[in-house]
Amino acid sequence: MKSHVIVFPGSNCDRDVAVAIERISGSAPEMIWHKNTSIAESDLIVVPGGFSYGDYLRCGAIASTSPIINEVVKKAKAGVPVIGICNGFQILIETSLLDGALIRNNSLSFICKDIYIKPENTSSIFTKNNVVAKMPIAHNEGNYFATSDTIKKINDNDQVAFRYCDANGLINEGSNPNGSIDNIAGILNDNKNVLGLMPHPERAVELGLGSDDGKYIFEGVLK
Amino acid sequence: MTWEHKTDQSLVESHGLKHDEFDSIVQGLGREPNFTELGIFSAMWNEHCSYKSSKFWLKKLPTTGDRVVQGPGENAGVIDIDDGDVAVFKMESHNHPSYIEPYQGAATGVGGILRDIFTMGARPVANLNALRFGEPNHPKTKHLLSGVVEGIGGYGNCIGIPTVGGEVNFHPSYNGNILVNAMTVGIAKKDKIFYSAAAGIGNPVVYVGSKTGRDGIHGATMASAEFDDDSEDKKPTVQVGDPFTEKLLLEACLELMKEQAIIAIQDMGAAGLTSSSIEMASKGNVGLEIDLTKVPMRASNMTAYELMLSESQERMLMVLEPGKEEMARNIFKKWDLEFEVIGKVTDTKNLVLNMHGKEEACIPINILVEDAPEYQRDYTVREPAGEYQIDPNTLNSKTIIDDLVIMLSHPNLCSRRWIWEQYDHMVMADTLVRPGSDAAVVRVHGTNKAIAISTDCSPTYCKHNSFEGGKHAVVETWRNLVASGALPIAITDCMNFGNPEKPEIMGEFVECIRGMTEACTILNYPVVSGNVSLYNETNGEGIYPTPAIGGVGLIKDISKTKTIAFKQNNSLVYAVGETKGHLGNSQYLSIVQHKELGSTPVIDLNKELKNGKFILELVNQDLALSAHDIGEGGLLVAAAEMSLSSGIGITIDCAIKSHEFFFGEDQGRYLIEIDIQNDDTLKKLSADHGVVVEYIGQTKDAVIEIKENSKISIEELKNNHEKWFPDFTK
Amino acid sequence: MLAKIHITLKKDVLDPQGKVIANSLSDLGFDGIQSVRQGKYIEIILNGDDKNAATTKLNQMCEKLLANLVIEDYSVEID
Repeated sequence: MKSHVIVFPGSNCDRDVAVAIERISGSAPEMIWHKNTSIAESDLIVVPGGFSYGDYLRCGAIASTSPIINEVVKKAKAGVPVIGICNGFQILIETSLLDGALIRNNSLSFICKDIYIKPENTSSIFTKNNVVAKMPIAHNEGNYFATSDTIKKINDNDQVAFRYCDANGLINEGSNPNGSIDNIAGILNDNKNVLGLMPHPERAVELGLGSDDGKYIFEGVLK
Repeated sequence: MTWEHKTDQSLVESHGLKHDEFDSIVQGLGREPNFTELGIFSAMWNEHCSYKSSKFWLKKLPTTGDRVVQGPGENAGVIDIDDGDVAVFKMESHNHPSYIEPYQGAATGVGGILRDIFTMGARPVANLNALRFGEPNHPKTKHLLSGVVEGIGGYGNCIGIPTVGGEVNFHPSYNGNILVNAMTVGIAKKDKIFYSAAAGIGNPVVYVGSKTGRDGIHGATMASAEFDDDSEDKKPTVQVGDPFTEKLLLEACLELMKEQAIIAIQDMGAAGLTSSSIEMASKGNVGLEIDLTKVPMRASNMTAYELMLSESQERMLMVLEPGKEEMARNIFKKWDLEFEVIGKVTDTKNLVLNMHGKEEACIPINILVEDAPEYQRDYTVREPAGEYQIDPNTLNSKTIIDDLVIMLSHPNLCSRRWIWEQYDHMVMADTLVRPGSDAAVVRVHGTNKAIAISTDCSPTYCKHNSFEGGKHAVVETWRNLVASGALPIAITDCMNFGNPEKPEIMGEFVECIRGMTEACTILNYPVVSGNVSLYNETNGEGIYPTPAIGGVGLIKDISKTKTIAFKQNNSLVYAVGETKGHLGNSQYLSIVQHKELGSTPVIDLNKELKNGKFILELVNQDLALSAHDIGEGGLLVAAAEMSLSSGIGITIDCAIKSHEFFFGEDQGRYLIEIDIQNDDTLKKLSADHGVVVEYIGQTKDAVIEIKENSKISIEELKNNHEKWFPDFTK
Repeated sequence: MLAKIHITLKKDVLDPQGKVIANSLSDLGFDGIQSVRQGKYIEIILNGDDKNAATTKLNQMCEKLLANLVIEDYSVEID
């Protein structure tokens, strides 16, 4: 089991992801500095959360020009599982591995709280545990937006990974924390090996921290 | 006294220096200072850097203890938390900048305190704050509140240090002077702490971080004759925080600290290069020679004066082991940061500044530091407010639950969720107790232990009896830590007061210090770091005395952590400590009856200690399911908070059911929840400890009910409790 | 009338975003960049055709809401 976590200047959930992966899989991931240009054979690449380059210009925009990104894209296209969490999701969108955009929360403020998400399909390794999961969000720009054509495409092609819901799995306006279209919390690429999501599964891997539901997302890849 | 110097008198005054202070500069130097030197003296001798009005009194605070590794005088205090680990912490004010520009003022306040912590070799693990705003209907309050909260979040969220707790209150005395006090706690190894004393003649002095611009240069430059011609270009600018660069600086510094390379390190905070260089030289009893042309500059044509007084953020000064420069430079290059050798350590004990080959300043360090003015200002102590007899008819105008709803909906007691949901309080994945409980609890990474942290102060208590108020601020944090299951260890203080040249204000300061000293001594809870902010005054109106306290405690086994949330139905709820019904100066009087009257409650510190030890014994024996200190608002507010945070109700059936009993603010009290099968054990243990416990009620359903009186569903109470901030800031 | 408003940080106020954009552009191989300053651009469509009155109003908008005069400058242009 070999995993890799990409570290950009301003990443701040890199350690949290590493701890979570080690906790679940028993082996620590290799941390890859963004100036590197290659990644060894990998079972999982994580682009972690944080504020790469301070979120300056556009969240994820500058990180998506980093040297390591070409390699991440190459591996993703070759079928290696890739997860982008929060800022990592924003970066993957800027690289065009994933569709749509993440715009400012409709509340216009940063939100940090526990939310629930529900897998939309079981066609990917990340979503095959079909359970409602509780985990935190912590972002300013997590409001998923795409043109109606794109929304139709990702719906038709089973590319919606998770939607925000309530504790009972009900998907409604009240359980949408940031204004995302159709409560979209995470999406997949065409091949379903690249996942981007705003919630932080790595912060929900032990009950002492409030939830261990985050394991459902990692387990499919790590076990 | 007539002016006998060549230097323009108004120039000296615009630098905030008094005539006799200037006289002693001339005497010390044996000549009149040049413009750059005048700026340096002005920065070093102002209240903020010299503590000239407060030093005499601050020395009275207890600062030592078994677990104190470093007391006041360094960038932050350091306490031993076992296993070779230490906690490094400090609280600091950024009041005035936050009033001028709330977002950047608050953000740079957070940035500054973070640097104080990682300068010492600690990785910051928690941010907290203590905020005071004017009355909500004051025209500036909404703008200031939103800006400050966004600024604190903007900085902390970006750098990735969780903001885990704090406190906020509104009072008209802060209409023209808000308070923004930021606290950071970091964790380090006891044998890897870094200090600021420069050493080793000839060793390189290194500048790292961001470039220097004309940020926040002392207002005096504006008034000075030299800058009259091109005013707009040289206007001192507000400091802008760059949390991204700070994150890089944090990682680069911690990376370099793993090597044997740093002899001394000091962050450039207030008065930037001036205070950092002088501090390092003074601590090390050496001199420094700096070539200002080497300082990385952002703006063009900066003068020596500007370079020395700039408050550009995210900068550090270090003394390195000779020969380690290239290795260190590579680390800072990797993180895209400036790195420049700008000078060397000398044996002259002078601060010598050169620019373009010309000497711009030469000042003996001891004149700047040891000879800095120190005042024992006159003070008068006001007679504490006396007892106020409440008209019993006004008490029973509404049911007790009606009054509870009014209180819990009020800005000073309502839910702070709107604030802390804007702060990332979970990043680093060690936050065990999130905001909203008595204290925040953060696990020491990779261990089974945790630190508990709480900030507190009650300015109305301090205003009406500064001695008891000073005691209270210290004790309230102590109680919060105890209720969380932590052993309280030490505090940091942030002393916010009005103009010390007014004897009445100085009296408030002196009395608060006296109260704090007594509390810290009896509770064995010393002060290890702190900050003083005076002259918080607008149009002659001073703020209420506000000695904000940040307390830190240790939880040796995280399974013993307590929160305020009720854990189960059918538990018994007891009040620990005696309830007499003290309504003077209470939240009940202020919120329900709109009166600020009566005496500040008196704290019996020996009882306080006894009750606290009893709570820790219950925690130790796993008898307390939940615990909450009874603070502002009194017993019923505390009980309601335990219900609100759990969704589990309580049926109250105690002996007395009066407003005084439910809303009185007697001190030294806690509410605890115990399993019904432990009732006898509790009674026996309390008798053994000589502690008063009083049965209050039983946890039940989702309703708060006072038997034979009134009740409310938790859902309805919650709706009222959560409403104020979102509505106010819409 | 179309009003174009540019809001920029005052000269000498630190612009963290501009600094990062400049570095990133150089990393991408665009050389010769001395510095980058970034700001906001706002378009407002106004009724009526009195340019003088509109300018006064737009200046007020900038001073009251659109710009933070403590750290930002603004300029107004009407097409």
